[in-house]
Order: sequence, then C-alpha cells, then structure tokens
Amino acid sequence: MKIHEYQAKDIFEQYGIPVTKGSMATSAHEAKAIAETLGCAVVVKAQVHVGGRGKAGGVKVAHNADETYAVAQNILGLEIKGLPVKKVLVAEAVNIVKEFYVGITLDLTVKKIVFLVSASGGVDIEEVAAHHPEAIIKVYIDPLLGLQPFQKRQMAYALFTQNEHIHQAMDIFEKLYHVFCSLDCSLAEINPLVITRHDESETGRLLALDAKVVLDDNGLIRHPELEALRDMDVVEEEDEVEARNNGLTFIKLDGEIGCVVNGAGLAMATMDIIKLFGGEPANFLDVGGSSNPNKIVKAFQIILKNPKIKAVFINIFGGITRCDDIANGLLEAHKQMDIHVPIVIRLAGTNEEQARTILNSANFSAYSSMEEAVTQVVRLAKGEQA
Amino acid sequence: MTILIDENTKVIVQGITGRDGSFHAKGMRDYGTQIVGGVTPGKGGQDLEGIPVFNTVFDAVKQTSANASVIYVPPLFAVDAIYEAVDAGVGVVVCITEGIPVLDMLSVYHYIQHKDMVLIGGNCPGVISPGKCKIGIMPGNIHKEGRVGVISRSGTLTYEVVNSLTQAGLGQSTVVGIGGDPVKGINYIELLKRFQADDGTDTIVLLGEIGGGDEEAAAAYIKDHVTKPVYSFIAGKTAPEGKRMGHAGAIISGGKGLAADKIRILEEAGVSVLDRPDIMGNVIRGGQSW
Repeated sequence: MKIHEYQAKDIFEQYGIPVTKGSMATSAHEAKAIAETLGCAVVVKAQVHVGGRGKAGGVKVAHNADETYAVAQNILGLEIKGLPVKKVLVAEAVNIVKEFYVGITLDLTVKKIVFLVSASGGVDIEEVAAHHPEAIIKVYIDPLLGLQPFQKRQMAYALFTQNEHIHQAMDIFEKLYHVFCSLDCSLAEINPLVITRHDESETGRLLALDAKVVLDDNGLIRHPELEALRDMDVVEEEDEVEARNNGLTFIKLDGEIGCVVNGAGLAMATMDIIKLFGGEPANFLDVGGSSNPNKIVKAFQIILKNPKIKAVFINIFGGITRCDDIANGLLEAHKQMDIHVPIVIRLAGTNEEQARTILNSANFSAYSSMEEAVTQVVRLAKGEQA
Repeated sequence: MTILIDENTKVIVQGITGRDGSFHAKGMRDYGTQIVGGVTPGKGGQDLEGIPVFNTVFDAVKQTSANASVIYVPPLFAVDAIYEAVDAGVGVVVCITEGIPVLDMLSVYHYIQHKDMVLIGGNCPGVISPGKCKIGIMPGNIHKEGRVGVISRSGTLTYEVVNSLTQAGLGQSTVVGIGGDPVKGINYIELLKRFQADDGTDTIVLLGEIGGGDEEAAAAYIKDHVTKPVYSFIAGKTAPEGKRMGHAGAIISGGKGLAADKIRILEEAGVSVLDRPDIMGNVIRGGQSW
C-alpha cells in the first residue's frame, strides 16, 4: 500500500528523523493558513500516488501566504497522470547546500533488505541506477543480524566529509531502518536528504525534504492503525477497495468478458485462455479460498457495474472452495439482481455433482470442460447465438 | 518412488483444533496419510477423532516420531510455528498459511538455509505423492499414482493441470505447490534436482506465473542439469503491469517478471511451454499437437 508524502513525514517525525515543518491542506484557504503559521517561504507539493510531480507542475514555491493561496489553488486544480490532486503538502522552504539519496527496500533475488545511498540525490534514482550504477552504494542487511554499526559508517563516510554530518547520517540510517522494520515496509525512501544551512558560517544539518513509504500489504495485519492512511479518494480503485473489503481480489481490465474464478493462478490462466480464444477479459477476480455464497453475490455486483460487460464466465476448480456453495451464491445473485448478460459456468472438483443438481433445478447448466466453456462465453460476448 | 514424502511419512498438524486445521487433518487422514498427532498450545491431552493433541511440537515429535508437519495457523503466528517445527527436528515442514508478512519470511529463509530440512510454502496448497501421502489442502481424488512430477506456484491452476494429466491417463509421482509469495521455502531448482534424481519420475511439469525471476532461474538450471522432458505453462500473459494479481509475488514491475520473457527463456532452455494449461495431459501423452 502506498501512502502520501505528508503521511510518511508524520511517521518519520515520530521516529525522530528530521523532516521539514509543514501540514497537509485540502483547500487553498487551509494552505494559506498553514503558510501563515509557518511564517516563511513554503513549497506547495501535490499529494498524489505518481512520480514526476515536479515536472507536471505539482511542486511550487510560494514566498508568502497570499502567494501560497494562489499556488495551492492552481495545484489543487491539476490532474497529474490522470489523477486529480485533492491534497497538497505545505512545507517550509529551506536553503539547500547539497542533495543525497537514501532508500531501503527488499532485494528479492537474495532475499535481503538492502540500503541504497547515493550522493546524486534529488533526481530519479532509477535514472541514476540505469546510467551511473557506480554512483549508488548498496549495503545488504543480514535479516538475522540486522543493521550493523559498521554498515552505517560505511554509508555515512561514503556520502559525507564533516563529522557532524556523518553522525547525523548514521542516526538517520538507524531510524529509517527502524521505520522500515517496525512498520513492515517494502520501501522507505528519503529523496532528497539535504544539507541545509542559513548562511555560510554554519556547518549545516541534515533534513529529509521528501519522504516515500510503501507498506507490505501482508504486514498491515500487524498494524491495523495504518489502514487509516489508505487513500480512499483514488477514484480508479473504488471497486478494488470494495472487493478487498469483501475478501475478493479484483482488478479491472479493458475487455467485455467478466471473470469470476477461484485462485490467483487459475484466474490469470482464465484471462489468458479467453484471449487465446479471441475474447477480451474485463477483469481479474479471485474469490479466494473460502466458500461463502455471499462472496459470489458481491462479485457479481462489482463486475456488473462495468457497462462494457457482455458476458460473465464463472470458472471454479473446487479444492477448499466447494462448487455447491458457488452454485448457491450464483442463484442468490440471480435472485437479488437483474443480470442482463449471459452467464457461462464451468465447475470441476469438490462437490461438483451437488452443484450441478442445484444449478439444474434453476435451469442453469455448467460445463466441466474449460475449452467448451471458454468457446461458448467468447461466442456469446460477440453476440453470436449459442 | 516419490520425492519428499511417501507412505512412511508421519505427519503432525500444527493448529489442529482450528477450523482449517481440523477439517484438513481429517481430509488428509481419509486420504490415507499417517496423521500421527496435532499441536495446539493449551489443548495438549485432548484428541481430534482419535488424533492426539500436544502442547508443543517438541512433545508431539517425541511421542509420535513424526517426520513431517503441516501448519494451519494465522499469519502472525505462522513463522513461530515454522521455527518450532525446525527446532524439533521435523524434516519436511509444509506451511499452508496465506498472508505472512514478507519481513518475517526473510528471517525464516535465512534461518533454514543451513538446516537439514525442507520448508514448503507459505501460501501454498501443500505436497502430495498420490496414493501414498497427502499433506495439504488439494482435492485428493483428482490425483493418480504415476510418473509425472509437478511443481507449481499456484493452487487451483495446479488442480487444473493435475486433472488434465489424470484424465489423459498420466499419474503423478509427487505434486508440490511451492506457494505464491515472493519469499518462500523450497523453490523450483531444488525440486528440479530431486525430480531429475528420482527413479519414479519420467516427466516434469513446471507451472509458473508472472512476477519475480524464479522461472528464469529454473530455466538456467534446466538447461545445464535436467535431462528429463520438462513441460510448462506460465499464467499472466494478459496481466497489466504494476498490479498485484492476487498472489503477493505475482506482479510485473519495471518491465520485469513478464510472462513473455519467462516463456522465451524457458523455451530456450528446451522446455515445452504450452499456451493453455488444460491440455497438458494430452500434449504430454502425444495425443494432441500444439
């Protein structure tokens, strides 16, 4: 799960990482009030879950409260890569001496947590990785040992020369690692980490100018409070959120054949076979391992919202999932709503026979061969006769 | 012959008094698996339809000489259950639990590297040597004793393929569901090694899906070390980038983990990659061209 910069900065602050002062605003009025409280020049930053905010005009400096109002109004009206900006972060503008990159993520090839640090901060780190891989220092953490002091020294001495900066950096590495492990992150990133100072007589101090955190979905069970950080405003994912709240995994696609399948692998394979037979899947939908008939009702409610749907394909291979429960769910869905498109059912596995009896009594029939069922649903979606 | 488990495997069920644990303990016993005991802390001394329940895995192993265990406990307790089984000297640990946080699995992964045991999963359907021993949640009746070895990242997709094998008259030596998580226990390569060495396996089926680089690593291994014929299907050709397709490991990111790349690399290693899973049996039997 991605969270916004302002939320990540709140977390960093709680863990003692120095971040710029500021607050989130949903209107130009709020933004202006925050600028007045800060009493200095500010940076207004769009809070959307896409990269390249700066290039899209979503990050701007304002020198006083009135200017903040105008800038915030402008950014709140933007759409960045298709996402409307509904929130901005108003943060103090600081004098930057130098920018660095610090990130922690998982390297799944070696199954380890890895620190990535670079003196080339403030730019797209993937660009740096592609063109100047030598500019990025990678430090792998043994999961059984955790981050060791020598590793912090290794990174700090590579990036900084002044003692104060080296000590601050080691402290920040420790705390960022703490955030990463304590909250089950898959990414915790500061880009840029800067040296800032008021004038040249000072040594300056380190400060996180930006913050990015991605949480492991499986880790949320350990941190139910973080669920509140989920952005419900993201329009595109509304159905996906509704599906998740009902124990389904749903992803919308562009085609016209709605899919209801049990198991992620079979759900993907079903989409692939539909395409192979000349159809286009309208969605990925995994009803999961449970047999609750209500899940089928919910699945139908979600996929039938899509106006492009021309047919629905139910493909179930029963294991833990019992086919008779799926059949009952289907009849319940049929009773509760007006299903205006043809349905093709394929059932195999646990309690297949009982399911057929249930379906036959309601004048439905089910295929047992995947090939026959897919051929049929593709034909129906194209408006051909059965 | 089979790999990992056979008719002599003695299994304990961790979380045997839970909803899933009790249901599947009975299902496995009905299939013919030697379910010799179960573990639920605080319920030691009770029994589940004659299967003795112990407080700890240590006690269960001591009393029953179990050499395998299967874990049906909630995600936040699953890694402790794995460590407990490893510590008690269990040789094959099967973790069915779905949704284990990945950081927990990182520690497990490194802890077991130097242990003389095999972990299967988490988030997997388990392992079955048809006619001899079933450890997991798969429907036993679609399997048949035979000489095809199957390795898969997915549950129901495996059932689809096993069903197609059985319908074509091809039985299976052992079918292993390795699980859909990015960090897991046993992986393709170790199983390819075992199937290659197994006298009871003639043909190997490798079922994969988008995300990660495990299929690519498997292809490299096959090229150099596997002489038995290998057939494959890779799910997710139509999956969009950046979306997690149900399994935590099934995500295409930064143009990596694409089905097309995996298929090409497997084919270059001499693997026959089918474009649909349901005809696997007929293709292997040679009854259908593809």
